[in-house]
Amino acid sequence: MASSNSLMDSLFQRSLEDLIKGLRLGESTFVSKSLDEIRREIKLTDPSTKSVALQKLSYLAALHGVDMAWAAFHAVEVVSSSRFAHKRIGYHAIAQSFSDQTPVLLLITNQLRKDLSSSNEHEVSLALECLARIGTDDLARDLTSEVFTLLGSSKALVRKKAIGVVLRVFDKYPDAVKVCFKRLVENLESSDPQILSAVVGVFCELTSKDPRSYLPLAPEFYKILVDSRNNWVLIKILKIFAKLASIEPRLAKKVADPVCEHMRKNNVGKSLLFECIRTVFSSLSDQETALKLAVAKIKEFLVDDDPNLKYLGLHALSIVAPKHLWAVLENKEAVVKAMSDEDPNVKLEALHLLMAMVNEDNVTEISRILMNYALKSDPLFCNEIIGSILVACSRNSYEIIVDFDWYLSLLGEMARVPHCQRGKEIEHQLVDIGTRVKDARLELVRVSRALLIDPALLGNQFLHHILSAAAWASGEYVEFSKSPYEIAEALLQPCTCLLPPSIRAIYIHSAFKVLVFSVGAYFSAQEPTSSLLAQESTSSGSSVVNGFTYDSISSLVSMIELGLCSLSGTIDVEVQERTKNVLGFIGMIKHEIAEKPTSQDSETEAHRAMAFMEDVFSEELGPVSSTAQEKVPLPKGLELTENLEDLQEICREVLEPVAESNSSSFHTSDKVSFSVAKLTIRDQEEASSSLPPPPESASLLAEHRKRHGLYYLSSQKSDNHNDGDGNDNNTSNEYPPANEISVDSFKPKKKISKPRPVVVKLDEGDDPKTKPDASSSNDEPLSRAIQTALMGKGKGKESVKDNHDINVDTENIGQSSRREKKKKKNGERSSKRSSRRRRDQEASVTKPVEVPDLLL
Amino acid sequence: MIRFILLQNRQGKTRLAKYYVPLEESEKHKVEYEVHRMVVNRDSKFTNFVEFRTHKVIYRRYAGLFFSLCVDITDNELAYLECIHLFVEILDHFFSNVCELDLVFNFHKVYLILDEFILAGELQETSKRAIIERMSELEKLD
Repeated sequence: MASSNSLMDSLFQRSLEDLIKGLRLGESTFVSKSLDEIRREIKLTDPSTKSVALQKLSYLAALHGVDMAWAAFHAVEVVSSSRFAHKRIGYHAIAQSFSDQTPVLLLITNQLRKDLSSSNEHEVSLALECLARIGTDDLARDLTSEVFTLLGSSKALVRKKAIGVVLRVFDKYPDAVKVCFKRLVENLESSDPQILSAVVGVFCELTSKDPRSYLPLAPEFYKILVDSRNNWVLIKILKIFAKLASIEPRLAKKVADPVCEHMRKNNVGKSLLFECIRTVFSSLSDQETALKLAVAKIKEFLVDDDPNLKYLGLHALSIVAPKHLWAVLENKEAVVKAMSDEDPNVKLEALHLLMAMVNEDNVTEISRILMNYALKSDPLFCNEIIGSILVACSRNSYEIIVDFDWYLSLLGEMARVPHCQRGKEIEHQLVDIGTRVKDARLELVRVSRALLIDPALLGNQFLHHILSAAAWASGEYVEFSKSPYEIAEALLQPCTCLLPPSIRAIYIHSAFKVLVFSVGAYFSAQEPTSSLLAQESTSSGSSVVNGFTYDSISSLVSMIELGLCSLSGTIDVEVQERTKNVLGFIGMIKHEIAEKPTSQDSETEAHRAMAFMEDVFSEELGPVSSTAQEKVPLPKGLELTENLEDLQEICREVLEPVAESNSSSFHTSDKVSFSVAKLTIRDQEEASSSLPPPPESASLLAEHRKRHGLYYLSSQKSDNHNDGDGNDNNTSNEYPPANEISVDSFKPKKKISKPRPVVVKLDEGDDPKTKPDASSSNDEPLSRAIQTALMGKGKGKESVKDNHDINVDTENIGQSSRREKKKKKNGERSSKRSSRRRRDQEASVTKPVEVPDLLL
Repeated sequence: MIRFILLQNRQGKTRLAKYYVPLEESEKHKVEYEVHRMVVNRDSKFTNFVEFRTHKVIYRRYAGLFFSLCVDITDNELAYLECIHLFVEILDHFFSNVCELDLVFNFHKVYLILDEFILAGELQETSKRAIIERMSELEKLD
């Protein structure tokens, strides 16, 4: 600080140039030194010094991240100077640093108003720019009238900027529509191309937020589409029509012709051409000629050398792919070539297009090609490929897969790809297929065995999920495996210590299942006397001989015991508990494993325990839909009163509500969620669908309803429920036990070759319920205001065109009580129309927007 | 709609930053850093459009400066490429063979030009001649 106190510095202010030069010299403390200087200078009264200081500060703030919010008040001071240069600096600083929270925002309202009404067009434009950048609700409201005047200004420059500002004003203060909208629309007919482009730009933004309100303006837009030669304007108009045509199909027909005209021109700019193509693909795809022309033009894009055009061509194709796959198929070679392009964007687009082309016949071929690509690519793209294959194949319950054996081996292959990071998804699919497709279980076990045996895979943390799925599958469907001993050995190999405890627990549990299966088979094979048992042993479910000799079973048991001994002291509770369970079980039955049957007494404790465990694991676990829990009906007689609520409060820590089951957990269907609050809400729904509740609970229900009526559905709906199961989407309120699903909902597909295995479908489909699009409630007042404005002028639109000149003259009418003036102008036009107009203005806002007859 | 315009050199220093959406200071820094990293790593043979968060960045490199424009997903990329080129042409005309130093020392003038060119995130003037005329008028006032 001492060094800056020289006479030179205190007498002469550093100009901006000096500041910049100083910065470039690279003194590290220069910024803080200058900041101190600026703080001093800016408080002085001389306006020139102030403004230069402000300018320096703006520079520092813009490019060096210095905070300049503290100078807000000074900026206001500078702006009030009469010199244009100062004003400019001041407005620039304001536009840069003011935000909605700036406390001195109110102070500039008046200044803005003065400048907006100034006769100097440059001052006006400065103020407009500033308003555009920082406009808040208050500012917009206060300055609407000024903006309105400027919308009709004779100076094109000012008008243009005012139009640009209108967008922001509308956004912040929707009531401004009543005042300004008419002028805005009048500007649509302006002959000055600059004004036109500004207006069209504003409408483009407005339309993308809420297309329906601007439908009545379609004729004006159409005129511009046909007449204009300016590319920028045309591009914006096309965007507007894309939005409008998607909600109003009749427009599409009318607009298709001019669009085709534009596309056919010889030297049309690529940007315009692309916009035409994009419009056709997204909104006019039902128009034959337009579509064919667009597809022809897209071919040119795809073969161009310029990577930009190639990318855009692919992008456009992906827009049209869902509805018109033939367009994509025509360009198959270009797409495949693009897969090997260097640019990741291009590759990604090509990949998406390729996946769109996948169907039953070519899925194997395409997957093979893609896996080859994946092995050669960088990790990011490799995972993209794997991810998209997984998504495409699992869509709609594996719709396109005919050969599940091949698909399972593909999943196994994916696990071995070095960069694979999609472990969770693969795990999910493995388990999913296991539970849903009975015929594929043999292959699943084979694939799982291959994965489990390999010790190298255990080290890769991305694969842990896949391994856990493999372990689970091996345990659950152990009856299909050729050698349970091998499986158990793989599950307990020493390298499994690399696994996280949760997955280890799954491994141990699967080993348990293998043990139970093997010992059970051994015990039942030991008793050849009983014919029933003999039947059991032959139909033990596998196609391979389960030759369990004494040696093999005792070695299995001892191997498992050995493998688990070391784990009984682990820190992790889950692993330890399961280990101890298995070891305890082994201890119980070990001495019963003898060379020959000891006695006819098959009722030994061990046998009983064995039978018990077999039972546990014999019930097939079915897939559970994510919404299944909601459908569980309440058991009859379960009383839900306020008493229970108190109980919940008291015992909150003890009675944790059971989590809802999701599709990857394996509860049996009998569990009822204990969460009382949820039950009280569901109560009405379920109770009304089952038999009428007994009278005493009816009164309790009524009482409950009085207290919590807010959460109940309307009684009309419950009547519908009571009327019977007229449900249209085939979902009954009773959730059927898991075993019955496969009977109801299988889809046989007969093919010439091997028939497609049965895939069990869930009641409601697999995709999680998508939330409905949240409509933006902010735009509500704006849309309503615009609709009112358009309603009011709807009938008199022709007269608007005739009396455009009159309007221009009457702009000089004073600014107060605009509404009366507007009404008065309307009345001036024609007395015939005035009565109709008054009627229209009283018409309700919710009347559907009419498309003018010009277009029909 | 244009969300922001950035002019950055290859080392990552921002020469010009104009935001048309409200952003905190720290967010602005983060954005500038991310855009620079993204744009500097791309080969010149790649496309000029990249996806950035939920928007698109359209960029082009002129000598040592990257001109980046962040727009909505639905906007026409080629048109904005033209827009960048127009801006560069205007700068070139105004400063007579513009170089990076010109932009550094005359940053307020560059902002002026930009304000004439783009208002509230929308392109408002597409004629080079008109903007040059206006700028000379403004110069006279100074």
